[in-house]
Amino acid sequence: MKSKSLAAPYLVWMVLFTVIPLAIVAYYAFTDSQTGQFTLENVSNIGNYMPILIKSIWLALISSVICLIIGYPVAYFIAGCDEILQRFLYMLVMLPMCISFLLRTLAWVALTEDTGIINNIITALGMEPLPLIRNNGAVVLGMVYNYLPYMIMPLYTVIMKIDRNLVEAAEDLGCNGTNVFKRVIFPLSVPGIISGFTMVFVPAVSTFYISQKLGSSGTTLIGDVIESQFKTAYNPNLGAALSLVLMVMIFICIGVMNRFGDDEEVITL
Amino acid sequence: MSKELIRLVNCQMAFDDEIVLDDINLYFNDKEFLTLLGPSGCGKTTTLRIIGGFLKPTNGDVLFDGERINDVPPHKRKVNTVFQKYALFPHLDVYENVAFGLRIAKLSEDEIDERVTDMLEIVSLKGFENRKVSQLSGGQQQRVAIARALVNRPKVLLLDEPLGALDLRLRKDMQNELKRIQQAMGITFIYVTHDQEEALSMSDTVVVMDKGRIQQIGTPEDIYNEPKNAFVADFIGESNILDGVMLEDRLVKFFGRKFKCVDAGFEKNEPVDVVIRPEDIDIVPPDDGHLCGTVTSVTFKGVHYDTIVDFKGFKWLIQTTDFHEVGSYIGIRLEPEDIHIMHKSEYSGMFGDYSSYSAEYDEMDDPELYLEGEPDEAEDSAEGGEDEE
Repeated sequence: MKSKSLAAPYLVWMVLFTVIPLAIVAYYAFTDSQTGQFTLENVSNIGNYMPILIKSIWLALISSVICLIIGYPVAYFIAGCDEILQRFLYMLVMLPMCISFLLRTLAWVALTEDTGIINNIITALGMEPLPLIRNNGAVVLGMVYNYLPYMIMPLYTVIMKIDRNLVEAAEDLGCNGTNVFKRVIFPLSVPGIISGFTMVFVPAVSTFYISQKLGSSGTTLIGDVIESQFKTAYNPNLGAALSLVLMVMIFICIGVMNRFGDDEEVITL
Repeated sequence: MSKELIRLVNCQMAFDDEIVLDDINLYFNDKEFLTLLGPSGCGKTTTLRIIGGFLKPTNGDVLFDGERINDVPPHKRKVNTVFQKYALFPHLDVYENVAFGLRIAKLSEDEIDERVTDMLEIVSLKGFENRKVSQLSGGQQQRVAIARALVNRPKVLLLDEPLGALDLRLRKDMQNELKRIQQAMGITFIYVTHDQEEALSMSDTVVVMDKGRIQQIGTPEDIYNEPKNAFVADFIGESNILDGVMLEDRLVKFFGRKFKCVDAGFEKNEPVDVVIRPEDIDIVPPDDGHLCGTVTSVTFKGVHYDTIVDFKGFKWLIQTTDFHEVGSYIGIRLEPEDIHIMHKSEYSGMFGDYSSYSAEYDEMDDPELYLEGEPDEAEDSAEGGEDEE
């Protein structure tokens, strides 16, 4: 009874700002923009945007995997340091997040532009400028850069909490360093991998700012399309339908990842 | 039984200049059940971790079968450990926990299956193969931990207070179970505990430790009947410890009276600690008594009464099956074999006085506190006893 009343403010908040807006999105997605009649036209139009949707998921997946590959060793290293160093390194990881997301992305533009800082140095050294911006690679770079802390944080938390006794028990049972990692630390950090992956993948798949600044017309992502439906094309009904589909896709992706976590066989190998 | 397996030579262990083990010399025989017994902070777990390879002694050597193994990492030692909090792998089921060491050793699937199944039968966990570790009770987890270690057929099994988290009944059952397993498998058990009863009932050899030093090594009977100093006498069982003077071989004086005893080999007129076990004292009518005193407290303990008797200001604990009323004046008789004489030690005067008796004396949950709280009062009443002389 008491705990229920404590949760009440959040429940009200959630109904007001999550459930009702979602219902509105769903309403728009299934109604005609002119007549307001029920229609499946918006949803069936999504077929036109399938390649963009797939590309968005693909780039977000690549970014998530790169974040994992970079982030895991970092998190593992930080978790192994002594307490003071841990706090310092953790702060370093968090530090970029204290600066505006927009500013950080614009900084990458300044760095990677054809006449940007990096290319200026390269041409000054007498070499041809590199195509660093307006391509898929640049978008992935932007995603990895912006979302890497979201990978490191949950991984660090999970690895740090692994009982030291388990490592000793594994050593006692014959594990060398590699085996301890393979059979104990890695399997026990899978929950961290899943939540890190989710926390990178979800914002990456729906981003629009990164692709607008670092990408080109060829790298338009589903987030950009949705944004344009509301702002320029002025078809909120289609935008709502796209949002809804994206949400379902994200749920499916998370569901698949969690399935990995439940399957002991996959973890131990 | 007599073949030596492990030896610690002059082992010293220091953490940041704090010495936790001081010059430990100890050997462990093959197929022996040896217990390291002492209050928390005495260095028993540190000793175990040195043998397991998780700590390197600051000074001294660890020998296994005569070979120096100081630098051999844990995974290459022929010992396995049952950890204090079991340290079972939460991501694996019971079967895979037990099979863990065998998989590392890359045994064939058939052999793994056979050995794990056998082992689960030995620890009475057949049918629990696919249970998650978190679904097990404390006692079951404990048995998985034992199975997980024993399935590798180690030469030595190290057990770090493995029964500490279990309730009394379960602990008794597991004590018998462990002893049975040890005898059936014929391997060396090195067992760490702060529970003296556990140590006495299970061990072939007991090593009593305190303050990083070995206080006494011996069979349970030796340790109980012939404690070397006041610490051992007090830590193992209950003891009344008095100041006395050894007049000559087999004759000791305390409370102003001469008593025949069975101990010899002391210097003439050497001040000594006299130990009298509460259960050895016979209560008689005052006229027949060697000493007379007044009963100040009686506590019913089931099998016996804990009777506190005031002798000239020094209070003794007497355990008797007869009830004596508080306030009654009684006598006691001491036979020569009831009296045990010890050399004076740094522990003299710290233990063995029941002036601050409480019925919960058995539960030394916080030995540190106990040690700190005791000395002053003990000294006071010991002096009181001497004044009367």
